[in-house]
Amino acid sequence: MIHFDGVTKRYPGGHEGLRGVTLKVEQGEMVFVTGHSGAGKSTLLKLIPLLERPTRGQVVVAGINLGRLGKRRIPHLRRRIGMIFQDHRLLHDRSVYDNVALPLVISGVHHREVGRRVRAALDKVNLLDKERAFPVTLSGGEQQRVGIARAVVTRPPLLLADEPTGNLDPGLSEEIMHIFEDFNRVGVTTVIASHDLALIDQLGHRHITLSDGALVGDAIRGARDG
Amino acid sequence: MARQQPGRLRQAFEVYLSNHGRAALGALGRLVRDWTPSLMTAGVIGIALALPAAFLVLLDNLQSVTGEWGGDARASLFLHKDVKPEAYRELAQQLRGEDGVAAVSIIPPEEAMAEFQRMSGFSDALELLDENPLPPVLVVEIASGRAPAQIEALADRLGGLPQVARARLDRAWVKRLHAMMALIKRGIWVIAGLLALTVAMVVGNTIRLDIENRREEIVITKLIGGTDGFIRRPFLYAGLWYGLSGGLLACILVEAGRWLLVDPSRQLATLYGSGFRLHGLGLDDIMLLLACGAALGWAGSWLAVGRHLAAIEPR
Ligand SMILES: Nc1ncnc2c1ncn2[C@@H]1O[C@H](COP(=O)(O)OP(=O)(O)O)[C@@H](O)[C@H]1O
Ligand SMILES: [Mg+2]
Repeated sequence: MIHFDGVTKRYPGGHEGLRGVTLKVEQGEMVFVTGHSGAGKSTLLKLIPLLERPTRGQVVVAGINLGRLGKRRIPHLRRRIGMIFQDHRLLHDRSVYDNVALPLVISGVHHREVGRRVRAALDKVNLLDKERAFPVTLSGGEQQRVGIARAVVTRPPLLLADEPTGNLDPGLSEEIMHIFEDFNRVGVTTVIASHDLALIDQLGHRHITLSDGALVGDAIRGARDG
Repeated sequence: MARQQPGRLRQAFEVYLSNHGRAALGALGRLVRDWTPSLMTAGVIGIALALPAAFLVLLDNLQSVTGEWGGDARASLFLHKDVKPEAYRELAQQLRGEDGVAAVSIIPPEEAMAEFQRMSGFSDALELLDENPLPPVLVVEIASGRAPAQIEALADRLGGLPQVARARLDRAWVKRLHAMMALIKRGIWVIAGLLALTVAMVVGNTIRLDIENRREEIVITKLIGGTDGFIRRPFLYAGLWYGLSGGLLACILVEAGRWLLVDPSRQLATLYGSGFRLHGLGLDDIMLLLACGAALGWAGSWLAVGRHLAAIEPR
């Protein structure tokens, strides 16, 4: 599903976000990316929807070599990737319903179909009763669930989450992670950047570690068996 | 499979229409919700469009008034010297019945000679001539409301009559008036061009601010796969609405101005014994104003969108 081959990302000014990273994520996998602040987790995730382009090396997503993808095709790549951010990135002047509907509207889904799919997505994150609410009236955990509903409403084959639980207390964090596990269970490839090591250990999935832009650990663990 | 094709095409078309409808209505809703600045922008556009429109309407009115005075055009027909008095009197009578001729007066050779003697001071020298060298002349007053081309055609026709040696059209006055009006009209169009540029720039600047205010929304839309076309659309429609509302306002302003001038102009016309009525914008003028407003609004927002949307990329 995702294939990094010798990928280096150098930002203008000389900062190296990633250095020679090679890795492969298979379809249907669930992967955590950890590392200290500034290790390159966000950089790694940004290269997949072409929010950044690599300085060197090659990134292939769902069989598409991103180096050869023209600017005009980028929106179509992004529609197949659900993205979740630490700061939610919701539109504050629109209702929960309109926020979640936006990707469907962008993709040109027929309006009769939109309502059904928005409600299905809100149902999966347990927010069906909040569709008329505005994001500011929701708690941090609820806003993050709106962000997840928006990411999955088009049923993308790939989910990327950059520190989705960064601002949440442990109980809510676990709840959010279980939502991701639910999506992964139905076949969605999921990559989550996080530094909540305790929670990651407890969940037990593949776990990639970055340090100063380099890949320093890649462990596939079985589920915790007590 | 083949039978599915038309259905899918229809659905794609429906989606296309609903995308545009949504963008157009969304943009309109946004303008109405935030109506004070929208109204100010529309006001600036309205005034910029109303000024040249009002001047052009005024000029049109002036042209129709001076059309009534066009009777000042006259042609002098110098006849052959051997045309006898009965013959040129008959010709004058015949010309009075012609279309486009208001009046015909006769200057017989004797009268012309007498006047020439009086005016030139050559009376002694002229006495020596044993024959009057001057031809009879018919002065034809041309009926009012004719275009210069029509007047010239009439003069040519009169010049072609067998009794006429030469026709001279005294049309300097009419020509000068029309030249002046053409000049003024040209001037108004130049000003209109500059004001059109102003309209496009005002809309462009408004849209630029709009883009700046909605930066976050644009970033998020790009993040989740909105194409440039999708992001551009509401801004282009906003420009269209600005221009259209400005055009509408311009129509209202011009008609309001006319309404203020109707009574005094009618009084003035009555004093001159004229049935002149101040006319305003016709339906085609209104359509033209609306179309100009809409096109300029669209063009202005197109410029702003082209320059500023590309600069916003998600990180
Ligand atoms: N837009 C940018 N411009 C310059 N340097 C950047 C930019 N984004 C990230 N970096 C640098 O790249 C490195 C990796 O950053 P990042 O991928 O955000 O790490 P993490 O998400 O793991 O905290 C850091 O040293 C950071 O300063
Ligand atoms: Mg980060």
